[in-house]
Amino acid sequence: MSMILGVPVAVLSGQLLIGIINGAFYALLSLGLAVIFGLLKIINFAHGAMYMLGAMATVIMFDMLGLNYWVALFVAPVLVGVFGMLIEYFLLRRISGQDHIYSLLLTFGAALMIQGVLTNIYGVSGLRYAMPDAFKGGMNLGFMFLPYYRAWVIAIALVVCFGTWFMIEKTKLGAYLRAGTEDAQLMQGFGINVPLLVSLTYGFGVMLAAFAGVLAAPIYSVTPVMGSHILIVVFAVVVIGGMGSIAGAIVTGILMGIIEGLTKTFYPPASSAVIFLVMVVVLMFRPTGLFGKEA
Amino acid sequence: MTMMKKLLTSAVASALMVGGAQAEITDNTVKIGYLADMSGTYRDLAGPNGLKALEMAIADFGGKVKGAKIEVVSADDRNSPDVASSTVRRWLENDKVDMVSGLVASSVTIAATKILEENDKLGLVSGSAASSITNEHCTPNHIHYVYDTYALSIGTPTAIVQEGGKSWYILTADYAFGHAMEADVTRVVEANGGEIVGSIRHPFPTPDFSSFILQAQASGADVIALANAGADTTNAITTASEFGVTQAGQTIAGLVVFLSDVHALGTQAAQGLQLTTGWYWDMNDETREWSDRFLKETGARPTMVHAGIYSSAMQYFKAVEATNSDDAQTVRKYMMENPINDMFAKNGRIREDGRMVHDMYLAQVKTPEESKDEWDLYKIVRTIPADEAFRPLSESKCKLVAGK
Amino acid sequence: MNQPVNQTEIKRAILEQQTADARKKMILNGVLLAILLVAPFVMYPVFLMKILCFALFAVAFNLLFGFTGLLSFGHAAFLAAGGYTTGYLLSNFPGLTTEMGIVAGTLVATLLGLAFAVLSIRRQGIYFAMVTLALSQLVFFFFVQSEFTGGEDGMHGIPRGQLFGVVNLESNLNMYYFVLAVFIACYILVQRIVSSPYGQVLRSIKQNEARAVSLGYNVNRYKMLAFVISAALAGLAGSMKSVVFQLASLNDAHWHMSGEVILMTLVGGMGTLLGPVVGATFVVNIEYQLSQGPLRDWVDFILGGIFILTVLAFRSGIVGEIQKFMKKNLG
Repeated sequence: MSMILGVPVAVLSGQLLIGIINGAFYALLSLGLAVIFGLLKIINFAHGAMYMLGAMATVIMFDMLGLNYWVALFVAPVLVGVFGMLIEYFLLRRISGQDHIYSLLLTFGAALMIQGVLTNIYGVSGLRYAMPDAFKGGMNLGFMFLPYYRAWVIAIALVVCFGTWFMIEKTKLGAYLRAGTEDAQLMQGFGINVPLLVSLTYGFGVMLAAFAGVLAAPIYSVTPVMGSHILIVVFAVVVIGGMGSIAGAIVTGILMGIIEGLTKTFYPPASSAVIFLVMVVVLMFRPTGLFGKEA
Repeated sequence: MTMMKKLLTSAVASALMVGGAQAEITDNTVKIGYLADMSGTYRDLAGPNGLKALEMAIADFGGKVKGAKIEVVSADDRNSPDVASSTVRRWLENDKVDMVSGLVASSVTIAATKILEENDKLGLVSGSAASSITNEHCTPNHIHYVYDTYALSIGTPTAIVQEGGKSWYILTADYAFGHAMEADVTRVVEANGGEIVGSIRHPFPTPDFSSFILQAQASGADVIALANAGADTTNAITTASEFGVTQAGQTIAGLVVFLSDVHALGTQAAQGLQLTTGWYWDMNDETREWSDRFLKETGARPTMVHAGIYSSAMQYFKAVEATNSDDAQTVRKYMMENPINDMFAKNGRIREDGRMVHDMYLAQVKTPEESKDEWDLYKIVRTIPADEAFRPLSESKCKLVAGK
Repeated sequence: MNQPVNQTEIKRAILEQQTADARKKMILNGVLLAILLVAPFVMYPVFLMKILCFALFAVAFNLLFGFTGLLSFGHAAFLAAGGYTTGYLLSNFPGLTTEMGIVAGTLVATLLGLAFAVLSIRRQGIYFAMVTLALSQLVFFFFVQSEFTGGEDGMHGIPRGQLFGVVNLESNLNMYYFVLAVFIACYILVQRIVSSPYGQVLRSIKQNEARAVSLGYNVNRYKMLAFVISAALAGLAGSMKSVVFQLASLNDAHWHMSGEVILMTLVGGMGTLLGPVVGATFVVNIEYQLSQGPLRDWVDFILGGIFILTVLAFRSGIVGEIQKFMKKNLG
């Protein structure tokens, strides 16, 4: 068997593929953050909690109402999106125009509250959620066994990421969005309901997080704290990509998945720290991230 | 004037905030402090249900010892040794607490036992895993009751190697307890003629285990051992089942697995998993009877930690009653001299290092077909005798062990 | 007509006002000091020391956040660096007196602060917050990996020892007055810094960095010094805390601790001198009281609520709001 740095090529290819899959996950999560920051200048520290809510909603809807995975894939993000819009309407709206830092603190507080309630109801051990029948098993790629579900995750995540990018950067709706958040007064003058636009944008951003949560439900332990662990990693991804850059978030997400995967192969203990190392290095040379516009 | 007002307001405000918590002292009271993680990672292990177990013990004992009322205070340790240390200190020095129960995270337990030693009060540790608690961190003021990492890493590997699982790959949480367990497992596996073919130290917590599972698969080892705990363990097992590890003929060995974890995983994902436990609710009529009552109180079946909290409290009350004293050393001496025979342990003994030694059990998670309900999860495969389960005193670094 | 007379009158009035203010301040400080001096006889000394340590931590953080406008999300690194260094030295070198261990801990935190500052000070706003967060995560990783910290078990049994080799700090009362003295010294130091010309520059940077640059100030150097002083004081707080509790743990290095000090400063009132002290007192107390009471399973929930409430309704914090109220109603 041929080797690269003491690691068999077959193993390495497997790790790369896994890295890309995880990267697609990061991309989906950081995309929502980038949308919310790029368009609304809100630093959404509740993003992890929204991801968790998506996963929890999937499990709870199945347990209580018998709604299956496919229904959850649509319903859970919508529910969480509406919940997000309520948060925007009742809380975030009151501090619009203030320093971004306040939005960070506010959403951090909201995340603590959401997590606190669910911990008291569901505990922390995790809820079980069975793999949907359609995805049981996997295929042998020669260098690794790829579960069907992981293949599905990467496919759907990339489709959603690309769709979001396309919608915001290339369509009329996206143009309204960008214009409405950049110059609210002008757009208001054109008869566009900017506050509604803001609510919808925030709702859409957290929907993406919840969508990632639904994708996570069959493969990760679903607990009220699952979001808090992933939150700062995803933040790091967005910062490396350049806060607010839609394409940056997607590309960096996948890139970080790969880098993390390689670290997991060559020096596993550092795999949680490597992203932060990359972030420090990147910001040293590019103060506003890889794809950020110069401030 | 404004300054004066400002001063007064803040002074009054801080006075109001700092005050409180001065309970009255009644010498005719046995006061127990229950300290555990009530809201974080270890909540389901002991947490609020552990307090219920303690209250059940008090109720079963009649609420009184020799006419002295039994009282409970409780606190969330927030998994922080600072919080634990200031809480326990205040309990012991101001609130006349006689015994501290619960104690989960190892950092919390070690911090609490130092304070207990300073104040010469007793701690009954039920939740912690670290075997260092009765080794280099032993004190004459606590008893480690339920299990420890040494016991957990002996039972499962011994059994699996003897059944033919010779080559091992270990996934280790990159933390002190993970390292300790990796060392213990390595020793046990090699002593039984097995071999460690590789290991990985992963960060804690790790949300995605697929990379590590893939590497473990590629190693071709017979057994993949999980020297981690909590969400890391359940995530690793879920991923292993997704990647078809067991179907491909590899065995998964969980080292720190609790009933609450297996319940969260379900039999579909966890079936066949071998693990070591200090107690299981469905072992005999006695355990079932108590667990039924616990289920009624809490809506869940007890973990071994819950059972340990109940049992250790009962033993404590018995000792206080027999000695007519709540002095820590008197009670501890009595507890050491009198073997424990209850629904938790048969012929359990407390050694001079504070380790309660009792039989441990090798369990296997049932298949979905075998499992009758959501809590019908384990088959007890064999009993690991007390003498083999825990670290022998001859290897102890504890200052209390003769000749150390 | 009587311009000169008028001017002297105005000057005298201003002077009188100033002396009156100074007198009020002195009375305020005197009363506060008296309260702090008798406090350990009324309240639990270790708990008071915990409050003082966190108050110092928050004061240090506020120098950067409240007065310079830099939000560091990595201050836990300095608290932990100070604590671990002091703990390690005092546990392993019995010849050291306590203050030597504390000075060493502060020094290590200062150097770490310098390293952080060099790498982060040119970044703006949210990027600054994120770089400091990233750096503190790397420091956390280092502490997890290092044998000497005891990993998740923590470092225990740190001896309190003798102050200058003569004062026995095993006594809670001695320890308390030592912590109090250090706290007051640091508080006065920060007060001086803030009211000095240097402090004025910091504030002008906070208000309008571009203007400060155009006035010819080397803004980065000013910010850097503020960062290093802040890190040093945070390290000192960590060192003292490890001596008080006789332990140091990973909790101090975790990013949640960086979040907690933000909460303390914000609740108390950022940009005010007394704010962080009140905030630390409030947060430490509320956490303690909640974790004991019937709401103990809901601590996170309630803390989250406090975050939200503060941001929505009391953005200037307890002290800031009281000041505003006083100004409005009492002139």
